[in-house]
Amino acid sequence: MEKVIHFTLNDEPVSCRVDVRKSLLEMLRTDFGLTGTKEGCGVGECGACTVGVDKETVDSCIYLAVWVDGKVVTTIEGVTNPDGTLSDVQDAFVKAGAVQCGFCIPGMVVSSEQFLEDNPDPSREEIRRALSGNMCRCTGYQKIVDAVEIAAEGRKVK
Amino acid sequence: MEKKGIVGKTEQRWDAVAKVTGQAKFTEDFPIANQLHGKIMHATITHGRVVKYDISEAEKMPGVVKVLLPEDLPQNKFGTAGHPYGLDPAKRDIEDRQLLTREIRVYGDEIAAVVAKTELQAVKAIEKIKVEYEEYPVYLTPKEAIADDAMRIHEERDNTIAHTTAGYGDVKKGMAEADYVVKESFSTSPQQHIHMESQVAVAFRSDDQRWTCISSTQIPYICRRIIAQAIGISWAQVRVKKPFIGGGFGNKQEITIEPLTVAMSMACGGKPVQLRLTREESIAFTRTRHAIDYDVEMGVKKDGTITAVDFNVYSNQGGYASHGHAIGSKGGSFINALYKMENFRYDARTVYTNIATAGAMRGYGIPQVTFALESLVEDACDKIGMDPIKFRTMNCRPEGFFNELSKVQQFDFKPVECLEKGREAFHWDEKLADSLKHKTGDKRRGVGVAAFSYGTAVYPFGLEVSSARLILMPDASFKLMLGATEIGQGADTAFSQMAADTLGVSYDKIIRDSMTDTDIDPFDPGAYASRQTYISGYAVREAAEKMRNKLIDLSSRMYDVRPEFIDIVDGNVVYVHNNQKIASLEDVAMASYYDMHYGKALEASASVNIHNNSYASGCTFAQVEVDVETGRTEILSIMNVHDSGKIINPLLASGQVDGGMVMGIGYGMGEGVRYNAKGKPLNNNLLDYKIPTFMDVPDLDQMFVESEDPLGPYGNKSLGENPLCSPAAALRNAVKDATTVGINNMPLSTQNVFEHLKKADII
Ligand code: FES
Ligand code: FES
Repeated sequence: MEKVIHFTLNDEPVSCRVDVRKSLLEMLRTDFGLTGTKEGCGVGECGACTVGVDKETVDSCIYLAVWVDGKVVTTIEGVTNPDGTLSDVQDAFVKAGAVQCGFCIPGMVVSSEQFLEDNPDPSREEIRRALSGNMCRCTGYQKIVDAVEIAAEGRKVK
Repeated sequence: MEKKGIVGKTEQRWDAVAKVTGQAKFTEDFPIANQLHGKIMHATITHGRVVKYDISEAEKMPGVVKVLLPEDLPQNKFGTAGHPYGLDPAKRDIEDRQLLTREIRVYGDEIAAVVAKTELQAVKAIEKIKVEYEEYPVYLTPKEAIADDAMRIHEERDNTIAHTTAGYGDVKKGMAEADYVVKESFSTSPQQHIHMESQVAVAFRSDDQRWTCISSTQIPYICRRIIAQAIGISWAQVRVKKPFIGGGFGNKQEITIEPLTVAMSMACGGKPVQLRLTREESIAFTRTRHAIDYDVEMGVKKDGTITAVDFNVYSNQGGYASHGHAIGSKGGSFINALYKMENFRYDARTVYTNIATAGAMRGYGIPQVTFALESLVEDACDKIGMDPIKFRTMNCRPEGFFNELSKVQQFDFKPVECLEKGREAFHWDEKLADSLKHKTGDKRRGVGVAAFSYGTAVYPFGLEVSSARLILMPDASFKLMLGATEIGQGADTAFSQMAADTLGVSYDKIIRDSMTDTDIDPFDPGAYASRQTYISGYAVREAAEKMRNKLIDLSSRMYDVRPEFIDIVDGNVVYVHNNQKIASLEDVAMASYYDMHYGKALEASASVNIHNNSYASGCTFAQVEVDVETGRTEILSIMNVHDSGKIINPLLASGQVDGGMVMGIGYGMGEGVRYNAKGKPLNNNLLDYKIPTFMDVPDLDQMFVESEDPLGPYGNKSLGENPLCSPAAALRNAVKDATTVGINNMPLSTQNVFEHLKKADII
């Protein structure tokens, strides 16, 4: 069965006809060509597929595409500023050396952006807790925590 | 060596922006029109054979293009290990595998495959294939598989695929001279790599009627060769392209899915076919770290002298030979690299069993042997009541030691400095005193240390070659082309720094490419053994020196200045004696392209064959708190100290240490694929196979004892694998210090610790 859905994707109103069994991840990657969102497990364990839906983060691999009908969706492609420059969180990831293979990074960045909106002044412990649904096998997490701290500091100065 | 200060400086990795914006394309991200999807049917028994297939229903399923049985595909035997090819047949990896098999040696063996229009259709069709099995006895450990009545897992070969003994002196005599002989057994777990991107490949017949395979591999050139061997075509008929890859850690130094992907495309008339493994398949059916068991003995005198060391090693190979004995046999030369002893014996067997095939994984056998050795050393120290750091430093090999077993002279080798400086930096003595205050009650504290040694390249055991090419661009930037691969570790950034340093230009003048392509990039076997910044580093240096000489030669002719007066600094052509500018490099570059007289585009390339190796070392310090009521162990602090020569890029190097430490902590504290008695993997998903998350690790401490390795191309030696060699052993020793109980079977999971404490009557 298919259904037509309308939603906001990275600040643009869009619509799509989707199989009701399709995951949000698959729709984003195949119907919209937004391949920045990655699949690390496909079953809600690793967080590589994290996207924002109505100001919350979800694992898009286990979130049905039809559920975003009428909602606001942000992917990693929508985190980058419209002029192509990096968001403060993206910039902090680069500067802190938080990027290695990069496969977990889109999900990490999306989670970190949402987390800093919810908690602009976090401790390292709170950062660790907030991001614990995102796995990374390369970095040992240390420099990702550093990056989120740097971004939070930067926002305070502003 | 370091010249212009670009080597040794933190530069931003060139690919970071693409990776934080989602722009970086991994294998699955390339749009390929009309792509078909392959799926593998995995055996649901562990040892036996398929006696009958029924594919009639599967063939009728919607979307199915092909149902493939073993006989439908080429039958060539091949090996999957990412080693360079050996011209000497005796030195080649064992070839014991076929594209699909009726003979089942491991649970999940690849017994059939389907190609369909969608992945889901392929999965559904596989569910309709009916098979009948004949089952054989299952052997999960080397000791079971070498029992007299055990049947052969591969008909043509004994289950013991290799058995070697190395060493010197007389171990019996050495033990007799000791005041104490410590005798123990250790076992280690089959850790899985869990690269966040699973295995994925796409294959198709390209417009030149050859075969292209895009794959998430660490070793494009070896991949090309093994695809061709498996399919039975000439090697040059295959072109492998490697885009960004989502981690490998050794598992992608193994050719697991690419030959089958190409075979699937061939079976479908050359149409593009994608094969990707699920997380469940990747954990259970690809490779793991070897689970190695050790029966060991060490003789010590009261003054701390080691009189003899005896290791009996049983390496669990799993169902196929893969990297085989290279891993289990390797430990001896690394024990010998680290400690002085008069008498040493290292007897190692590698044995086929029916658990998943073990292969390369970051550390390549050394985390295992370090766990056994450093636990044994600790227990010997405890026997004689000596400070564990002092015991180690007094027994460490000195710099310049010639290692008889590896035939490598350890010129720049600083474990003593690591241990001594680390003692200060970690505040070992304070933490030891603090731990002493927590030796009763529920929460007990302890400190532990472990040291290791690690090689850099595979010489003299294997071929070490590499090549590099530089092309001068019109704006005096340089395209750097390499067969060496970026796999997330930052190799490309390090190579770019090296090239910039030798050329005399800034780092941003070097252009890299995310795609490694066997039709375009010069030959290099790829990313393994922490070899690339070392071996490929020589190739980069030589290509850059040649390019520099060409630029100086052209400048000399253009500006009528003798070449020996010319240098290149900060992108300018200058006088050597005072750095006075003669010309900008851009003018020279433009002339090399378009000047009527001088125009002749500049390229430089180099190929090297390296006959040396450098030994690195390091250690881990840890303080833990064990809740003796539950067995739960918390790491209060942990520090790695590394002797890795010159650090090319401090930020990237530090990231390697972080990542390796956490992988080592995972190895020590909980990871490992578990099997039931029938050999079925039980935890092949990320809920049950627990890798550390943000919450499971503390902030990490680290330090480099930096030096200039006299051989390394830029004073550097290995680092990528080193950080995970010693954490597990240090943690085991810290738990022992806290509780008095030495846990010799990994990992220190809550349950395992609890059971040991219970047995020791602590609970
Ligand atoms: S891919 Fe969605 S959680 Fe892993
Ligand atoms: S950077 Fe590789 S998984 Fe996180």
